Amino acid sequence: MKHPSGGGAPKKSDKRGFLYDLKKNRVYLLLLSPALLYVIVFSYIPMGGVIMAFKNYNYSKGLFGSPWVGMKNFEFLTVSNKLWPLTRNTLLYNFAFITVGMVMEVGFAIVINEMRCRWFKKTFQSFIFLPYFISWVTAAAVIQTMLDFDNGLISHVVRALGMEMPNIYTNAKPWPFLLVFFRMWKGVGYGSIVYLGAIAGIDQELYEVAEIDGANSWQKVFHITIPQLVPTMIIMFLLACGQIFRGDFGMFYQLIGNNGVLLEAGDILDLYIYRAMAGNANISYGAAAGLYQSVLCFITILLANYIVKRIQPDYTLF
Amino acid sequence: MAHRHHRRLPGSASEISFRALGYVLLFSFGLICVIPFVLIIVSSFTSESALVRNGFTLFPEEFSLEAYKMVFTNPERIGRAYLNTIFVTCVGTVTSLFLNTLTGYVLSRRDFKWRNGFSFFFFFTTLFSGGLIPWYLLCTQTLHFKNTYYGLILPMAFSVWNMIIAKNFMKGIPYEISESAKMDGAGELRIYFQMYLPISKPLLATLGLFAALGYWNDWYNSMLFSTKEEMQSLQYFLQDMLSTIQALKQLIADGHMEVTENLVLPTTAMRMAMTCVVTGPIIFLYPLVQRYFVKGLTIGAVKG
Repeated sequence: MKHPSGGGAPKKSDKRGFLYDLKKNRVYLLLLSPALLYVIVFSYIPMGGVIMAFKNYNYSKGLFGSPWVGMKNFEFLTVSNKLWPLTRNTLLYNFAFITVGMVMEVGFAIVINEMRCRWFKKTFQSFIFLPYFISWVTAAAVIQTMLDFDNGLISHVVRALGMEMPNIYTNAKPWPFLLVFFRMWKGVGYGSIVYLGAIAGIDQELYEVAEIDGANSWQKVFHITIPQLVPTMIIMFLLACGQIFRGDFGMFYQLIGNNGVLLEAGDILDLYIYRAMAGNANISYGAAAGLYQSVLCFITILLANYIVKRIQPDYTLF
Repeated sequence: MAHRHHRRLPGSASEISFRALGYVLLFSFGLICVIPFVLIIVSSFTSESALVRNGFTLFPEEFSLEAYKMVFTNPERIGRAYLNTIFVTCVGTVTSLFLNTLTGYVLSRRDFKWRNGFSFFFFFTTLFSGGLIPWYLLCTQTLHFKNTYYGLILPMAFSVWNMIIAKNFMKGIPYEISESAKMDGAGELRIYFQMYLPISKPLLATLGLFAALGYWNDWYNSMLFSTKEEMQSLQYFLQDMLSTIQALKQLIADGHMEVTENLVLPTTAMRMAMTCVVTGPIIFLYPLVQRYFVKGLTIGAVKG
């Protein structure tokens, strides 16, 4: 976010003191108070709750009554060899989602924009947008119907082609690819809208000049459209960076969260934290993992924003 | 939407390959996205015996309403879940629209002295968070969200990103129009309600649809806070039923439950029917959403 020193704002009040400002802005402050209260209660107070990561939480004693244990919770997570696999999975999956997602979203935005046949374009754009509309609960049911070992459509097609159908729900191996695939299936239609909007904003003269120079469609895409989309891509990338250690809980939980075998392919930090909260592990370990996750995200976004700022200050997030 | 910028010569090899690739890509991905839905709808209307015999097919042999009858044999629970979700969606959408746009309005006002400081106060919450567990304990131990409607509404009632979208949209409204109103003695709240909201229809449509979709599809908050069946949201109810059906199937497979040859439990078709019933109404928002999303998202480029 940029904070321009808003041109034309009344500056007179600067000299008249705090109480004057308070009185002058009282209605604004009043209108702002519900949302302020909201973020204080639901965001800032839980930030104070991170001290739980250094305690051995006990429900009956509450947060303040529970004993301090220093770094013990973090020690447990590292010694029991939980933290690294969880971190690696979360990071690698998100990295795959970001890169594959960006290629597909930009690609489909360009394809849709270039399409001339209107009914075809409209119909199929609606189709690729459809999976965004359902919850992961429903999506998991749909996916299971497709992949079901005995009755699934995919199983039928595979068998009709005379091939052996593996039972996907008892085999973790294909899941890294399947998870990326399903994430794209659900998100690309929606994600491409942002880039469609950006393409609509490109100066048409650029294309006209290129045409006079004899550029073909491929050249126009690679030398005009994609370079013009770079700022949007960087912003989207930065936004994703801020969440790179946070997994897509809904998807992982619904697709593999309750299947011990599949969990080997994609246990992520968020699933571990949820399990700790639900009572499958000490809840303080979960809080420690949560703080670890938040700190990593915070460092990543600051770093990414700093690097972008050094290279091209106009493209930063804040 | 994007303008047409082509006046190029058709027929050359590179143009043909360019067009063809576009059609092939969109066609195949479009089919991958839509076929599962067709399949679900078709199988929900197919008799269980045909499903067991032939598996899921796009062209069923026996039409049957068996599965839907099964879903509604005990209408109380699903009806209750429906009512819960409708109530939460309505109240939640209105609340979140109000909170997000009102806050965006205040922070977009040039004459609000501390707008930058407060903007950062909000934005910071997107950079750092205390994590799920402290938040959950606050909600359950201090605010007592278990089995309440607050628990299903408040967690999604305000979003800093949506507020920023609203703020950016309202920044685009000429400041001068409110100045004359102010001179006539209109207060800030009246300017918000009588001038800004009516101009902001595309914004309200976009944010409202986002919110409605989010509330309708919410199972997460219900999983966290609804321990009683009668407080379940529709999606969480579906999740609960699907896992029950799965458990039942497992019992049969393990031989703990006898199933005679002529009694086929319509578990498969019922699963499909339930999925349709639960998703149903939100699909009606689909055409609306399509119309407004592009506009709304373009206006509200998150950077601000």
